[in-house]
Amino acid sequence: MLTNRVIPCLDVDLGRVVKGVSFVDIQDAGDPAELAELYNSEGADELVFLDITASSDERNTMVDVVERVSTEVFIPLTVGGGIRSRDDMGRMLEAGAEKVSVNSAAVADPNLIEDCARDFGSQCVVLAIDAQRRNGAPDWQVYTHGGRRGTEMGAIEWAIRGAELGAGELLVTSMDADGQQTGYDIDLLRTISDQVSVPLIASGGAGKVEHFADAIKDGGADAVLAASLFHYGTLRISDVKAHMAEVGLPVRPVDEAA
Amino acid sequence: MSAFRLAIINTGAANIHSVEKAVRVVGGDPVVTTSAETISDAHAAILPGVGANDAVMQQLNDRELPETIRDFAASGRPLLCVCLGMQILFESSEEGKLPGLGILPGKVIRFAADLTNADGDKLKVPHMGWNTVRFLDDEVPRHPTFDGIPQDAFFYFVHSYHCRADNPEDIAATSPHGIEVCAAVVHDNVVGTQFHPEKSGRSGLQIYAKFLEFARRTEWRTK
Repeated sequence: MLTNRVIPCLDVDLGRVVKGVSFVDIQDAGDPAELAELYNSEGADELVFLDITASSDERNTMVDVVERVSTEVFIPLTVGGGIRSRDDMGRMLEAGAEKVSVNSAAVADPNLIEDCARDFGSQCVVLAIDAQRRNGAPDWQVYTHGGRRGTEMGAIEWAIRGAELGAGELLVTSMDADGQQTGYDIDLLRTISDQVSVPLIASGGAGKVEHFADAIKDGGADAVLAASLFHYGTLRISDVKAHMAEVGLPVRPVDEAA
Repeated sequence: MSAFRLAIINTGAANIHSVEKAVRVVGGDPVVTTSAETISDAHAAILPGVGANDAVMQQLNDRELPETIRDFAASGRPLLCVCLGMQILFESSEEGKLPGLGILPGKVIRFAADLTNADGDKLKVPHMGWNTVRFLDDEVPRHPTFDGIPQDAFFYFVHSYHCRADNPEDIAATSPHGIEVCAAVVHDNVVGTQFHPEKSGRSGLQIYAKFLEFARRTEWRTK
């Protein structure tokens, strides 16, 4: 049966993976291809590369990264960060990405989702949503520009609309939970998964193996994403998958990947 | 003596480069092409595709390639069709208005909106992620392209429509997603996978390697 995916996210700045990495078995912790290969061999079901390069002039470095990684690692790659247009998306797909995520640009112009879905297919359009809870109520506000800019949009409405416009998948990050390591925002995930039929990737808040399983069991997510937890080696992908299997969630065995 | 010629038919689809990279990594030297002549001249061909039925069929129609591909398939030379490439082997698709290649009888239909698993849980569409593939070895002899793939190995899928073959013997493998989804087809020299071997890690690369091996062994010489 269809398995729940475990997805490491790698932040890339000027073509190099940033954030400290404490793996002992790789030579160059900043090299995207080497890290991608490591995660692949450890059982990652997919990889997400997030371009955090500040200057748009230097965004071409990301195309090279995708080009290189996709020549060496044959699992799905999602690329996000700084995607502003249909052409930006086309370039990433051409370089070898399987999916491209849009965030701020889609908020500014929701037609972007529709255009990209029509030209490239829904399956490669991921809508990334950064959401923050409003006053503790079960209501979330959409933020853009890496969480720096608030919008008037509600995250639930935006998720529903995004799927209607043609997004084939949602990558939902709870800004409240992100970095706290106290678990994903289950309410946020559940509210969206109850109302949207496209696959949902949970992001933000994972701290221990139980959190991943909770996001799927209680939050209704199809895939779980984490960044620093894996980067710093706090948890290995195999730990997460072992726990998920233990509590009865279908996972692709790590030895299938090695 | 002419070298072995492998054509990847450029459908304008987004995964063309991934397919080319996978073929290269297993030792192939393909040419990505929209030329009817190059395709007709090849010893084997790969037809990739993702996205929407009409976008890909329009590309092929504009270049008058459907006839070329049908002739190629009818000539007995190995043809591997991936994802949407497999779907367009059939006659029609609910995803669009343009007819498919009609090489295999049957049609492509959308997953039901109320798809559930055996426990009654709602299933998502697109069918996206890693799923097990079971070969129907009792009904269809295993094609050399799938040699050595264990039953229930995992492959990466992403699709909202699935193939309904009129001839059950064309279905080589299935994958469970509410229904038994047609995961692979085999009809003589024509092989198709609904999943993406180029995104399915080691097992996927093995399929490209085996297809190449089979294609070279077939030793078709068009001229």
